[in-house]
Amino acid sequence: MKPGTIVAAALLIILAALPLLTQAFDQRYLLSVGTRIVIWSIAAVSLNMILGYGGLVSFGHAAFFGIGGYAVGILSAEGIQSGWVQWPVALGASILWAALVGALSLRTRGVYFIMITLAFAQLVYYLASGLAGYGGDDGLNISRSRFSGLIDLRDKATFYWLCFALLCATLWFCGRLANSRFGYVLRGAKSNELRMMALGFPVFRYRLVACIIAGAFGGLAGILLANEGAYVSPAMMSWVKSGDLIVIVVLGGIGTLFGPLYGAIAFFALEEMLKPLLDLVHKGWGEYWQIVFGPLLVLVALYARGGMASLLKARG
Amino acid sequence: MEYLLIQVLNGVQLGLLMFLLAAGLTLTFGIMDLVNLAHGSLYMMGAYIAWTFVTWTDSFVLGALLALPATFALGMAVEAVVMRRLYARDHLDQVLATFGLILFFNELVRVLWGPAGKSIAVPPFLSRTIEILPGVPYPAYRFALIVVGAVVAILLAWLVARTRLGMLIRAGASNRRMIAALGVNIELLFSLVFGLGAVFAGLAGLMAAPISSVKIGMGDDILILAFVIIVIGGIGSIKGAFVAAMLVGQIDIVGRAFLPDLLKTVMPPASASAAAPAISQVLVYILMAGVLVWRPTGLFGQRA
Repeated sequence: MKPGTIVAAALLIILAALPLLTQAFDQRYLLSVGTRIVIWSIAAVSLNMILGYGGLVSFGHAAFFGIGGYAVGILSAEGIQSGWVQWPVALGASILWAALVGALSLRTRGVYFIMITLAFAQLVYYLASGLAGYGGDDGLNISRSRFSGLIDLRDKATFYWLCFALLCATLWFCGRLANSRFGYVLRGAKSNELRMMALGFPVFRYRLVACIIAGAFGGLAGILLANEGAYVSPAMMSWVKSGDLIVIVVLGGIGTLFGPLYGAIAFFALEEMLKPLLDLVHKGWGEYWQIVFGPLLVLVALYARGGMASLLKARG
Repeated sequence: MEYLLIQVLNGVQLGLLMFLLAAGLTLTFGIMDLVNLAHGSLYMMGAYIAWTFVTWTDSFVLGALLALPATFALGMAVEAVVMRRLYARDHLDQVLATFGLILFFNELVRVLWGPAGKSIAVPPFLSRTIEILPGVPYPAYRFALIVVGAVVAILLAWLVARTRLGMLIRAGASNRRMIAALGVNIELLFSLVFGLGAVFAGLAGLMAAPISSVKIGMGDDILILAFVIIVIGGIGSIKGAFVAAMLVGQIDIVGRAFLPDLLKTVMPPASASAAAPAISQVLVYILMAGVLVWRPTGLFGQRA
């Protein structure tokens, strides 16, 4: 087996056993960190679909956190608690939004694409903060989705395993897709759009479908995020969150299946590790962890081309 | 009528402020092909450095005059340490690195100046109102902002259109490799342009300080607005940045001023005043999306 495969398998086994581990070592807090890592991984894997394989740098992926989250939140506020209604509605809304944004944004290229996707995300952000009836800027406390009798999302371990199962499904689906004919067309369009068009592939349509798939998984992550905190707010789709998602994907290694997962783990683990580390150097410095994290990102951008996934590949 | 005039002037003032910020961004974008998310950090640093100098010298004008060269030096330093290595990279690397710089600068400000916001007082000789038309008072400081903004905009237009440096800048925007091949010291040109952009950003930050407040992350949201402006105007086009900044300034201010009344006719007053600022922001983004769908490279951008 390749070293990349071994690491990925080991990581998935550890993640699968995380609730048991945190219980054994009595570190309940780590389970909620783990849950967030898994949810963000789902979004990052889906962003990697368009950003990594498609070469389309979307700076508005966090909008799907918001759309998925707010669909659950608004339905919950209106008294509809059933997940059987909430989740399909949230996914449908994400798909519709992805289709609309994709159809309009894909007319542009390069930097203009980065900026138009950002603009659409800001649009949703300001719409949500203008929803005075649903908390406006302050956000909205919700109760978790109910799947009557089948599964109880209030139980932390159960919820974690659900998220983990969905992450595995996402990885499986995106992995299959990336290595299908569809995935190869998408990659071909990334390296030479004109040539793909000359070969007769409707590049625009392929890209639009990729955007819609990515949007659906992004919305799924939004649903989970809303359920994790039992809370939705415009802050979950601020442009900084879209930036965080790009950081995660690039950190892990763009255009690789497990890269986004490595990236999400590194991103959250660095935060958890830098704080106590800086506190060790000097008491109270821990809260300034970003002063180290920021330059670290600069170094990654400058010197670690290909991200963490490429480190594994280089060894093998 | 007078109310309308004052709101339009406020829009012009915001537009000019945004133009200062957008001008540096569109230059670095157009010439170096650099997506600089950290431009908003320079805006913030300009305001904080100005606060330090204003407190130290006890004079707004003196403090501002000291802050500008300091911001220029900071810009040149950032260019030499980080940006220079990013020009040849793809946009994704640039986004990642400059995103890291934002985190760094926000945290640096927290360390150096503390987490609480600062405020710079309006200088005494400008803290009054003047009559722009007989019987129509307008705050003198805001009027001064319009004058300074207009002067800087004219200076910049002159610099780009009439000077040798401007000629090189325009040549660099249309074909970087060609002017390097013609023997122009392109590294120096890039450094100068980046420093120039930093000064404009710092100037915008310190001028905005007395009417808003100096706080951590103050550059982050306004940066996005500046990006929207240069994208609407067409990347690399100073003229486009100016037109778009004026448009966005008017939409923002007029939207804030008149939307609440308009909305109150269709919804309860409380939710109308909550929704209005959000809707005026949304209008800006709808404008951008509309322009890009109509002209995928902006109003004055070069056709791909």
